[in-house]
Amino acid sequence: MIQLLLRRLALGFITVWLVSVIIFLGVEALPGDACTAVLERDAHGEALAKCRADMGLDAPALTRYVDWAGGAIMGDFGVSANGQERISEIVGYRVRNSLLLAAGALSVGIPLSIFLGAMAGLWRDTWVDILFSTGAIFAMTIPEFVAATILILIFAIWLGWVPAIVLTPADAPPLEFFPEFVLAAVVLTMIMIAHIMRMVRSSVIEVMASDYVQMATLKGVPYWQIVFRHALPNALLPAINVIALTVAWLLGGVVVVEVVFNYPGLGRLLIDAISDRDLPVVQAITMIVAATYVGVNLVADILGLILNPRLRSHHMRRG
Amino acid sequence: MAKPPLIDIRGLSVGFRGRTGALLPVLHGIDLQVCRGESIGIVGESGSGKSTLALAAMGYLKHGLQKILGEVIYGGADMFARSPAQLAKIRGGQLGLIPQNSGQALTPTMRIGRQLDEALRLHCSLPEGSHTARAIELLTQVRLPDPATILRRYPHELSGGQQQRVAIAMALAGEPDALLLDEPTTGLDVTTQAHILDLLRELARARNMAMVYVSHDLGVIARVCDRVQVLYAGETVLEGPVRAVLKTPAHPYARGLLAAIPRLGDRTLPRALEGRPPAPGADRTGCAFAPRCAIATDHCHTLHPPMVASATGQATRCFYPEQTSEIDMTGSGAPLSCCAENSPLALSLNGVAIRYDRPGTLARILPARTRPPATVDDITLRLTMGETLGLVGESGSGKSTILKTIAGLLPPAEGTLTLGDGTALTPRVEQRRPDQLRRIQMVFQNPDESLNPRQSVADILGQPLRLYFGLKGSELRARATDLLGTVRLGAHYLDRRPGQLSGGEKQRVAIARAFAANPEIVLCDEITSALDVSVQAAVLELLNDLKARHQTTFVFVSHDLTVVRALSDRVAVLYQGRLCEIGPAAAVYAAPSHPYTKVLLNAVLEPDPDHAPNLLTEDATELSPPARGCPFQRRCPVKCGSVCDTDTPPWQEAEGGHAIRCHIPLKDLRETGT
Repeated sequence: MIQLLLRRLALGFITVWLVSVIIFLGVEALPGDACTAVLERDAHGEALAKCRADMGLDAPALTRYVDWAGGAIMGDFGVSANGQERISEIVGYRVRNSLLLAAGALSVGIPLSIFLGAMAGLWRDTWVDILFSTGAIFAMTIPEFVAATILILIFAIWLGWVPAIVLTPADAPPLEFFPEFVLAAVVLTMIMIAHIMRMVRSSVIEVMASDYVQMATLKGVPYWQIVFRHALPNALLPAINVIALTVAWLLGGVVVVEVVFNYPGLGRLLIDAISDRDLPVVQAITMIVAATYVGVNLVADILGLILNPRLRSHHMRRG
Repeated sequence: MAKPPLIDIRGLSVGFRGRTGALLPVLHGIDLQVCRGESIGIVGESGSGKSTLALAAMGYLKHGLQKILGEVIYGGADMFARSPAQLAKIRGGQLGLIPQNSGQALTPTMRIGRQLDEALRLHCSLPEGSHTARAIELLTQVRLPDPATILRRYPHELSGGQQQRVAIAMALAGEPDALLLDEPTTGLDVTTQAHILDLLRELARARNMAMVYVSHDLGVIARVCDRVQVLYAGETVLEGPVRAVLKTPAHPYARGLLAAIPRLGDRTLPRALEGRPPAPGADRTGCAFAPRCAIATDHCHTLHPPMVASATGQATRCFYPEQTSEIDMTGSGAPLSCCAENSPLALSLNGVAIRYDRPGTLARILPARTRPPATVDDITLRLTMGETLGLVGESGSGKSTILKTIAGLLPPAEGTLTLGDGTALTPRVEQRRPDQLRRIQMVFQNPDESLNPRQSVADILGQPLRLYFGLKGSELRARATDLLGTVRLGAHYLDRRPGQLSGGEKQRVAIARAFAANPEIVLCDEITSALDVSVQAAVLELLNDLKARHQTTFVFVSHDLTVVRALSDRVAVLYQGRLCEIGPAAAVYAAPSHPYTKVLLNAVLEPDPDHAPNLLTEDATELSPPARGCPFQRRCPVKCGSVCDTDTPPWQEAEGGHAIRCHIPLKDLRETGT
């Protein structure tokens, strides 16, 4: 088992490294660099050469990659192109804000979607199932900017319960985002619920039809004890990976939602950086998102190993 | 006997709603009475409704099924009229179920201890803290070694036999009055099966329990039951004491079933029962069995026969119970086709060893540990043209592994494979040239998985014909029709898909596909074990036919010793991936010499109440072969000493190519008898 974990970990690191190479090469391949972006029309002759020398852009690509990657490992992504700010400082708050938003959406969304999925699966083909399933699909199919706009219209403009957009600066203490970020979290929850719910539903249906649930019934186990003790632990195993992907997707900064609500998260920063052609910041954000995906999936794998006794000792016996 | 029945099923009909909305019955007015201490067998082929009946006895129907008529009286009330709370109290308490596949019936995420504990808490009022002790007691009662360790295990960490014992212990936890057994030993090895049946008999006797034993295997029924009910298409067609039903059955279907069972002592092929039972909802004005019955008259096709009392205490659903004795119950008398003596070599395996484990990256870097012994080791075999070699052994004996290696799916770790013309057989199938590919074909156990459900039969048969012979168009179709003819299927099957075929028909198509390549060697991996006995007999007949007509070499793998007996010229007995005994089938079966062969043959159940298996050794589970010495050292009933632990036994040659690998001198092996 330890060997399996080590292998997964090693694969994770290799993936992140490959992503870093691809990002670096991608940025290299683009015409222009940070200096041409900053200097704009003055980007020629001596000014350009000086800027490049200052930013170390005249070094060979390999040296720059090693410098950049080495810094990234230590959490230092260098300096942004336009503002001469340290990227780690700008990004740090943004990551925190995105985490905050994701945590809000996940802490409601995951339990809710598991609950709805389990109910829909247990009462399959009844009105409960039809209501929950179509509701979830409906929520998923509405594009998030439409859902966001409608929610703003209802709750911010008509009812006036919450502000429409977030005006809090990025580095404000977390509590100041409340209650502004509620609407954004609700929109995110709506989108992610359907994925997890449908997965949980189908796997609950499958497990409830399994031999061991039938056996538990014929052993005289009461219904809800079957559901909680025999069925759900098995039904949630396949859902773990879907949940992990959703978590990664949320942590990666959900660009559209953040833009609509003017939420100072990673996604907003990414959009800003792209329009400013601030390549170092884009690089940094992409790396963070990639590392998040790998990390969350790794956690899901480990969780799967812990929760599934069959995976844990699958080397013990061969069929 | 005036004893009131414990479970009284009266006129039970169960059905499901078909796509048209009509209610299609799968059980037709079943009556079944079981008394305390009595053991009733329910026999029938797949689809006969026997499992549905067993579960209905607990007031349980699978999703989609509903009760149409009748009642199941237990404890003075109808099980179907009870509340969920009352049912939960009875189920697992007074009525215990032992499921078919305990590997799937135990919850995979719960330790054995927790599952037993749950049963105990639900049905026994034990003082707090004594549950573990009781659980250990139960596991000891079902003769599981080291019960304290088993409690901490997860279901997948146990062998099939151990899982089945745990399921029995779980049923016993509720101190049941009656056990309902749904094919509890199907899928287990013969020796394990014999041990479990022994255990069940003893438990039933000791606790005066009633048993309802569902099985397709008349051998099993003969071993454990007092009375039998034979189901056909959801209807009881014969009921009576086990001895009468097995010796002088008064219904044509029961006679046909018995004739289809291959026997150890028979050198002729079993007799196939042609046709198949009516589907649920089919017209049932006449006798359901009439279309397949040899003695059916017009009367049978127009009137539904009632159950009538017949000789020897049987009740039969037949108009002509006296005339059923005309139906022959012995084998077909078809002689087994035999290969010519001294035919040329087709394939030889020279010192083949096979491993599943491959050293990983980490293992290669870390200092070398001793590798576990190979899964299959030291296999040297010579197959001649037209010969059928049977490979027998329990699960884990490596018999299918050897087939995979011949097929090129699993390259050998050591040793070589040589074809008849002296050329080496390329180890990996993806590197074999078309010519070599053509010469070796394989038929798999389960045709549901080996035939692509989206291809028509014509596509399935066409692929090898195009690939190896470049046939096209009408030529291709003509050849495919020919092939269907050789497996006795009409040309109209060409445009069907596997989903529209029965199990036996699918397996015939799979055989036809193998023969499409005009192969020299056909590898058969348990090809009849997913089929009903009547269908199995037909497939065996077909293979025997093909064997006679083509000079094809068969390697026939089966866990069923009687099936191997019915078809093989030579038999090789494997234990833990090592050869124990090899020789002409007649010699090996008549005079089994290796202790393991004796153990195996003695555990075989015959559909004869006078036949009792002779259990020579414990059915201990072994996970890996021993590093040194004889593979059978840990279970051998006649182990002769430390030499068995240290030295690989030598081959001892007997007459006619019969060879035994044992330290005990041949003379003594023969004398110790069975």
